[in-house]
Amino acid sequence: MLYDVHGAPAYAYTGGKVFNPEQPTIVFLHGAQNDHSVWALQSRYFAHHGWNVLAVDLPGHGRSGGAALGAVEAMADWVLALLDAAGAQKALLAGHSMGSLIALEAAHRAPDRVSGLALLGTTFPMKVSDTLLAASRDALESAIDMVNIWSHSGPVPRPASPAPGFSSTGMSRRLMQRLAEQNPAQLFHTDFTACNAYANGATAAAGVSCPVLFILGSRDMMTPPRSAQALTAALKHGRIVTVDAGHAMMAEQPDAVLDALAAFARAL
Amino acid sequence: MPLVFVNIGESIMSGPRYPGFDTLSLHAGASPDPATGARATPVYFTSSFALGDTDHAASLFNMERAGHVYSRISNPTNAVLEERIAALEGGVAGIATASGQAALHLAIATILGAGSHIVASTALYGGSHNLLAYTMKRFGVETSFVDPRDIDAWRAAIRPETKLMFGESLGNPGLELLDIPRVAALAHEHDLPLLVDSTLSTPYLLKPFDHGADLVFHSATKFLCGHGTAIGGLLVDSGSFDWQRAHARTGRFAELCDPYEGFHGMVFAEESTVGAFALRARREGLRDFGAAMSPHNAFAILQGIETLGLRMERHVANARRLVEFLASHPAVESVAWPELDSHPDVELAKTLLPRGCGGVFSFNLRGGRAAGKRFVDGLKLFSHLANVGDVKSLVIHPASTTHFRVPAEQLARAGVGEGMIRLSVGLEDADDLIEDLTRGLKLAQKGA
Repeated sequence: MLYDVHGAPAYAYTGGKVFNPEQPTIVFLHGAQNDHSVWALQSRYFAHHGWNVLAVDLPGHGRSGGAALGAVEAMADWVLALLDAAGAQKALLAGHSMGSLIALEAAHRAPDRVSGLALLGTTFPMKVSDTLLAASRDALESAIDMVNIWSHSGPVPRPASPAPGFSSTGMSRRLMQRLAEQNPAQLFHTDFTACNAYANGATAAAGVSCPVLFILGSRDMMTPPRSAQALTAALKHGRIVTVDAGHAMMAEQPDAVLDALAAFARAL
Repeated sequence: MPLVFVNIGESIMSGPRYPGFDTLSLHAGASPDPATGARATPVYFTSSFALGDTDHAASLFNMERAGHVYSRISNPTNAVLEERIAALEGGVAGIATASGQAALHLAIATILGAGSHIVASTALYGGSHNLLAYTMKRFGVETSFVDPRDIDAWRAAIRPETKLMFGESLGNPGLELLDIPRVAALAHEHDLPLLVDSTLSTPYLLKPFDHGADLVFHSATKFLCGHGTAIGGLLVDSGSFDWQRAHARTGRFAELCDPYEGFHGMVFAEESTVGAFALRARREGLRDFGAAMSPHNAFAILQGIETLGLRMERHVANARRLVEFLASHPAVESVAWPELDSHPDVELAKTLLPRGCGGVFSFNLRGGRAAGKRFVDGLKLFSHLANVGDVKSLVIHPASTTHFRVPAEQLARAGVGEGMIRLSVGLEDADDLIEDLTRGLKLAQKGA
């Protein structure tokens, strides 16, 4: 579904459902050089289990217009504006990787509008190596391959999402390539620069009082579980669920991720 | 300071790399069975799968959870094969079908319907030609056949209702090599996907997606299985064709971009940005047409794929020996082999097929149809049968068998002469194969 946010079309997958003001709302926020489809199974489940789903394409990504936003803070503002456009007063924010920083910052900016935070594959600070940052600017295919390989728990594809027969590494690579085709304007580099520059994580975490869920991949090489310690320490009330997966956990362990999210959402 | 977000990039200066072809052939899609530790992929010989509680069942049916429901739609053994071929081709998903013909039909049925049109190469396997020229026509899908080497003919045949372009990587039986980069570029210029039958080249010799193709299918019965046992097909989605963009520009592909009543209003291109085609092919095509592969066959094909690289090297090496022998034999009029200077695609083959042109080729005997028959009847090691891609060497006379339903005029256009012999070169000792051919050629000449 397309909304108007800050004068540009903003796409959110809703599972084919119309917004129902009687239902709670969940927003799914993807990571760098990705789009809503990384949440395929989880977002569809929530849409068919009593939730309004807004699985967004961030500005400049996928079907959403406008330029990619260069700062996590701006993306958080955009998410809050999307809630206005959709008519949602409050929402559970689920963010993966860069999306987890956006969710955290949005909760900091508008605590009364966030009913819960689910942070997947997260860390703070989210420093991107110089090698990868440079590759994302100057050697896009190489950056895509680096991220794709490091985002999966091993060379062997695991049971598939969104359906049997799908190759997780194949999907992930093509998706990043597609995002680059749709928006050739340094999208990956813009996203990584935003992750790298985001400095407000500790302050934001210190003020979060809503329920928090961490979903960490035990084989995550992009954001290893131990690198989330600063956040998990700051958000002591948060629940930690570890799944047997790499950074691409929604595809590698779709049911385990869904079960953790659904249990968290039910308890809100 | 946490070790975060690809600081690992600093420690792996050479950069990460994907596993090689042979490693993927052995491992992609599989790991030791978590329940039993079985190292080989188990044959999950079951029609159906326990669904758990009613909510779990509903989630499985509604594509909210990963898992299997019924083996017509998916099966764990088949899924390993599907992921493996997707990895080997560099695509996003594979779909195992009952045969190669079923894979071609599934590709067509997923995005075409009555009133749609295909532009296809004339250099097709007879079975594919039958499906397009006669059977699909009965269901309202028209096909224009064009000389695969004539790019202007491809262009001229495109109509507003065209939805697919289709050719074989290596034509059967003349080994016309499809100029995939050129035909794909033309297709994309018109917002059309290119489907390639890659049966004779296999991903070991050629990966059509690397050259611009959008969909690939195999008769897995041939080199992938490799042992002449199981019938099966594999359809692979590259994930690279932007159906949504094509739909926005041309109105085509509503099948993937508009709500589908047959699956709760699902919009496949929203559900999966790069896997829309494969999703619909499975969720509609396997569900409704039902041409699923048996898990037994999937197992046999998986075993074949484990040695695909090794076998293809030997197929190519043996084929080269036989081509060299036949090309200089006085009883042979011509040999169609893209590595020979006489072949029109010799330059293209250097680009697209640097590892070799496979294990199947054809040649024309002097003396026409009668000589062809004497030759076939005189062979002892080559088996006379209608298959290719076996570890054992095979021979056939296309004009009287695989292509016998094709009218003479179209036969000529498809590059099939009356004295044409097609060989599928197996893995025997090349000297023994040459001895057998020598015997056949002698007999062919005797009656001349």
